[in-house]
Amino acid sequence: MRKILFRDALNEAMSEEMERDPDVFLMGEEVAEYNGAYKCSVGMLDRFGPKRVIDTPIAELGFAGIGIGAAMVGMKPIVEMMTFNFAILALDQVMNTAAKMRYMSGGQLSCPVVIRGAGGAGGHLGAQHSQSLEAQYVHCPGLKVMMPATPYDAKGMLKTAIRDPDPVIFIESEILYGSEGEVPEEEYTIPMGVADVKREGADCTIITWSRMVHFSLDAAAELAEQGIDVEVVDLRTLRPLDKEAIRKSVKKTNRVVVVEEGWYWASVGSTVADFISRDLFDHLDAPVGRVHQRDIPMPYAYNLEPLSLPNKDNIVEAVKRACYVD
Amino acid sequence: MPENQTVSEEKPASSGSNGAAPSLHGATAAKARKDLGDEKIIAMYRQMLLLRRFEEVAGRQYQMGKIKGFCHLYIGQEPVAVGSMSGLEEKDYVVAAYREHGQAIAKGLDPNAVMAELFAKSTGCSKGKGGSMHLFDVEKRFYGGWGIVGGQIPTAAGVAFASKYRDEGAVVLCYFGDGSIHQGAFHEALNMAAKWDLPCVFITENNKYAMGTDIERISAILDIQQKAVSYGMDHAQIDGKDIFKAYYGFKEAIDRARNESRPTFLDVITYRFRGHSMSDPAKYRTKEELQDEMDHDPIKRMETWMLAEGVIDEDALKSMDKEIKDEVKAAVKFAEDSPFPDPSELTTDVYVEWNWDIE
Ligand SMILES: Cc1ncc(C[n+]2csc(CCOP(=O)(O)OP(=O)(O)O)c2C)c(N)n1
Ligand SMILES: [Mg+2]
Repeated sequence: MRKILFRDALNEAMSEEMERDPDVFLMGEEVAEYNGAYKCSVGMLDRFGPKRVIDTPIAELGFAGIGIGAAMVGMKPIVEMMTFNFAILALDQVMNTAAKMRYMSGGQLSCPVVIRGAGGAGGHLGAQHSQSLEAQYVHCPGLKVMMPATPYDAKGMLKTAIRDPDPVIFIESEILYGSEGEVPEEEYTIPMGVADVKREGADCTIITWSRMVHFSLDAAAELAEQGIDVEVVDLRTLRPLDKEAIRKSVKKTNRVVVVEEGWYWASVGSTVADFISRDLFDHLDAPVGRVHQRDIPMPYAYNLEPLSLPNKDNIVEAVKRACYVD
Repeated sequence: MPENQTVSEEKPASSGSNGAAPSLHGATAAKARKDLGDEKIIAMYRQMLLLRRFEEVAGRQYQMGKIKGFCHLYIGQEPVAVGSMSGLEEKDYVVAAYREHGQAIAKGLDPNAVMAELFAKSTGCSKGKGGSMHLFDVEKRFYGGWGIVGGQIPTAAGVAFASKYRDEGAVVLCYFGDGSIHQGAFHEALNMAAKWDLPCVFITENNKYAMGTDIERISAILDIQQKAVSYGMDHAQIDGKDIFKAYYGFKEAIDRARNESRPTFLDVITYRFRGHSMSDPAKYRTKEELQDEMDHDPIKRMETWMLAEGVIDEDALKSMDKEIKDEVKAAVKFAEDSPFPDPSELTTDVYVEWNWDIE
């Protein structure tokens, strides 16, 4: 199968959906003439013109609101946030408007907007530019949240997000934009709310998403050499949560470690751990393990940053602890 | 350049013969010589050259991998930092964005501590925890160092609020780019600063581009001073490419803040010679535009003027440049020789003190 970059998979998803549906358009900082700050929209201005690929001023609250307003009357905007650190400025429109329109209007309105962009730590970018903020959105009823880990998932999931009738927050790991993977030429989509087992195993389950899928697969490979057979479940959609996939895996392995890139307190990982401890208590042979970023703002110092982020060794250690090894 | 930004069009005639850069605006420079004296003028020139050499070296060190992450160079914009801060008192505050190495050094931060911060060393002005975008030095009253576009504008107004509240008589200079003035934070802050007469100077470093976006492509109006008009705030456009025009433009605003506790909005016309950050090939502007700006390099223009007026001679200029280069070299050595922060520093400075585990 052909291999393409993660960023190009996103480009294909957006372009194909724009081809399919004239109500889809792309808006954000540097998306048009600059081809995207992370080069996700290369060629799209030439292909679709300035009416549909729109450069905005630096005004996240404003252009998120414009996307959301257009969605309220039936358009299908893709609003690119250069990074989700800046999407914090748009939270009012996202949480107070997009998330609540359907409910507050008694079901009359919907808000089929996609808010997408880079998330997570890009590398040595310091405290204000290195945040994993999915928990804010996952917290809020009315939003859906997707975070792909591979080019294949990125394309199929983004197409689903664009077609979805509700607001979807779509967070792409900044580090993964340049990663390569198999993506078929043929049309496909990946359903909302469906996790994917990225590696099968019998001894312990790792539940994770986005960039941490790769760290977890590396850890699983190392653990296999030590005789521990790990299953890696990539949630892909964080809200709604694929509870069945979690149940299935944990009932098989009876041990579980939740791995996330961001902070641990009131996080997606803590909610998943909460679900497991209440729903699957009788199936657990060990406490739910957690791997996460240290509970601090990100330091610039490039000797400290790796000590703050989760890594393969932390994951290996946590799995061993869950397996009562060592 | 937008039609209404006439100041920058008013370039002085080329000095002609030897291909030297054109000079400064004559009458303003003559006045400055009288008002400031040669010693101060030479100090201002020296300061600009220091910022320039510092940034050139920072750029090279970035390429060598000593500096990582984002690094936004100030080259070309030196008259803005130096012109504005030459008339400042020590007690005055500065709040800036992420392209702030220049403002930091102009406010008196030790170049060693700034370079060490870029090198992520514990001797850096933010202990290596901040990096290029987050320089801080409370003693020098330099309050950052902001990575969120526009985020510093209300915060700077808050510092001005405190200065007024406590009768400090201190002025706040708040720097931001032309890309920042479309943020709600800017408009909310301007309204309150005007309504409450806060001693703050809002300085737009209008280098025409926000990353790859030409201001003409995203701003509804090009005479951005109109934004201040809507808040009833005093305003001016300043030629940020001529050190003395810049100096006098800023002085008027600073005096207004200090003497009348009133804010000013400034549209300062400037230009950045390098890309937005180290990874930007800057394809959104023409080679000719860049070349034309570099032909009018503000430092070269000051040099041309100083030589023509006999403020300084070639030899003195040369030895000054050498001295500055040595100073910057020493800053690199200082940064190189300094230790990285100890791993125990990872969990310090989150709060003033606490007694729970950091997970
Ligand atoms: C809220 C926010 N949105 C987007 C960005 C990404 N970004 C960083 S700098 C920049 C351009 C800012 O341009 P300008 O204000 O003109 O400053 P200059 O770089 O020209 O000094 C952008 C879009 C950011 N840092 N913060
Ligand atoms: Mg700018």
